[in-house]
Amino acid sequence: MTIEATTPSGERMILNMGPHHPATHGVLRIVVESDGEVVANCTPDHGYLHRSIEKIGECVEWQMFVPYTDRIDYVCAMNANLAYCVGVEQLLRSDPGTAVQVPFRAECIRVLVAELNRISSHMIAVGAMAMDVGAVTPFLHSIAQREMVNDIFEKLCGQRLTYNYITVGGVAYDLTPGAPDEIASFLNTFEKEMVRFNKLITTNTIFRDRCASVAVVTSDEAIAWGLVGPNLRGSGVDWDLRRDEPYGIYGQLAVRVPFGERFAGRHGAVGDCYDRYIVRLLEVQESVRLCREVLKLLPPPAPKATDQTGGFQADVKKQLARPPKGEMYSRTEAPRGEMGYFIVSDGTKVPYRVRCRTGSFSAAGIFHHVMKGIFLADVVAVIGSFDVVVPEIDR
Amino acid sequence: MSALSFAELCERVHARWPAVEAKRSDNGQPFLLVPATELVALVQWLRSDRELRFDALSDLTGYDLMKYPATPPSDAIAVVYVLFSYVQKHKLMLRVLAPRAACVVPSVSFLWPAALYFEREVWDLLGVHFDGHPTLLRIMTPQDWVGHPLRKDYIYPSEYHGVPHLREGQHFEHVPQREGDAVKAAPTAPAAPAKGAPPA
Repeated sequence: MTIEATTPSGERMILNMGPHHPATHGVLRIVVESDGEVVANCTPDHGYLHRSIEKIGECVEWQMFVPYTDRIDYVCAMNANLAYCVGVEQLLRSDPGTAVQVPFRAECIRVLVAELNRISSHMIAVGAMAMDVGAVTPFLHSIAQREMVNDIFEKLCGQRLTYNYITVGGVAYDLTPGAPDEIASFLNTFEKEMVRFNKLITTNTIFRDRCASVAVVTSDEAIAWGLVGPNLRGSGVDWDLRRDEPYGIYGQLAVRVPFGERFAGRHGAVGDCYDRYIVRLLEVQESVRLCREVLKLLPPPAPKATDQTGGFQADVKKQLARPPKGEMYSRTEAPRGEMGYFIVSDGTKVPYRVRCRTGSFSAAGIFHHVMKGIFLADVVAVIGSFDVVVPEIDR
Repeated sequence: MSALSFAELCERVHARWPAVEAKRSDNGQPFLLVPATELVALVQWLRSDRELRFDALSDLTGYDLMKYPATPPSDAIAVVYVLFSYVQKHKLMLRVLAPRAACVVPSVSFLWPAALYFEREVWDLLGVHFDGHPTLLRIMTPQDWVGHPLRKDYIYPSEYHGVPHLREGQHFEHVPQREGDAVKAAPTAPAAPAKGAPPA
């Protein structure tokens, strides 16, 4: 990477942030060229966390790639599992001979764990963003909530971070008998905790003014730069794949989509850091509602795992041994936005090409654009507000 | 103001660009095969036309066709564009074939800045040169990395700046080694006698 110190006056300073900076959420290096307190130029440097996951995808069997999707985004591993499995299932469905029907109970469990993981992921996002701008206490409150979600997942699949839970054709294990009640009681306590959290930080005037009108991304810019998910909605674009291109059983649920509306009041602007923050909090509320809706739909377990209603896993061994030749682009809504899988199969039990398009990658792409002209101290607030998770950028 | 189907999109594209072919992948996914020379004019029109309005580049990726069992066999790199319109809610897949010998495709980053990063990634991993990209640097691997890892004929390096990738005696399976690699081949175990063979 070549960095040029430019101006003829020589008054600019080059500041190297990272790769190990507490506010960069992983090993992300940003080279900032500053003019006094103002950022004149910024060059992100990626690749410190590159693990060649797409190359590994070409070497392992279809089902064996699922644990690697956990590592693409470990903050919302359930959603990463889901994105890949939905992609493979769509590929299998493109040929009637290999079509897979996921049992209804498995679909319900998938939505349940995906939404719980969205809650825990957004809790990290909003808590860490508050911490980046100097408020440490809210992070502790939000991470306490995330721990409770992790406890639920640990009982479900034995893991707290990288679950390998959702598989092609269903989920790996059925819910434990007490799990629906545990989830319901967690949702109740979580809602009460959120009231406290919002009093602590969201309605805090200092925090709001700190984020208002910082790094404003207009809706046209957001679309052209390929922003997805909460970052896109924060800019006022009303678009959510769960509602607009439903997959799984999302079509049967009423998903309400929040989007940026200049939440910071007259000092703010649509698409500023505060809008992106509030959109995440509203999405969490929506996830709580969706979880409750799904708990009502959840059918009782059936004795047979492959049962079409009460089972949790369709048998896909035959289909995955000879998937149809061809390709499929599928996308799902992960906490960090559209997670798209471009999957190419040459008809063998190993994928020919697995490509994962992630939300953080495009969010990192806009950094050098939005950071021009902001204050140096706001750089961390901007990174926090876009909620980038570095393994998702580098893969 | 409604989403157009692939057939309707094709009809409109064909009227202006007869050289663009409508094709389907082996499992029936429709896409447009675009000659590299016409890509820029076509995407400019796709983005600005009032009925089409492809305002977003959802994804830009590619794959190496070298070992894909296609008829006729090809060794080109397929560059795949996934376009989406947030206005009209329709999507379209484009494909450009970049021959291995002269792997150059015009950049679309001046239309969709999202392509700035996508094109860097495709250059890094697949070795497609995007003509007109302002900073076509590697993004995943270090700048001095040799080769493009997602190509099907990629040769694994055995070391990087003196740091070996393998323990002594280990070797990559099924892949050719670079010339002059210092890694020793695994000691071959003596062949077990075939079942039922008479003892020597």
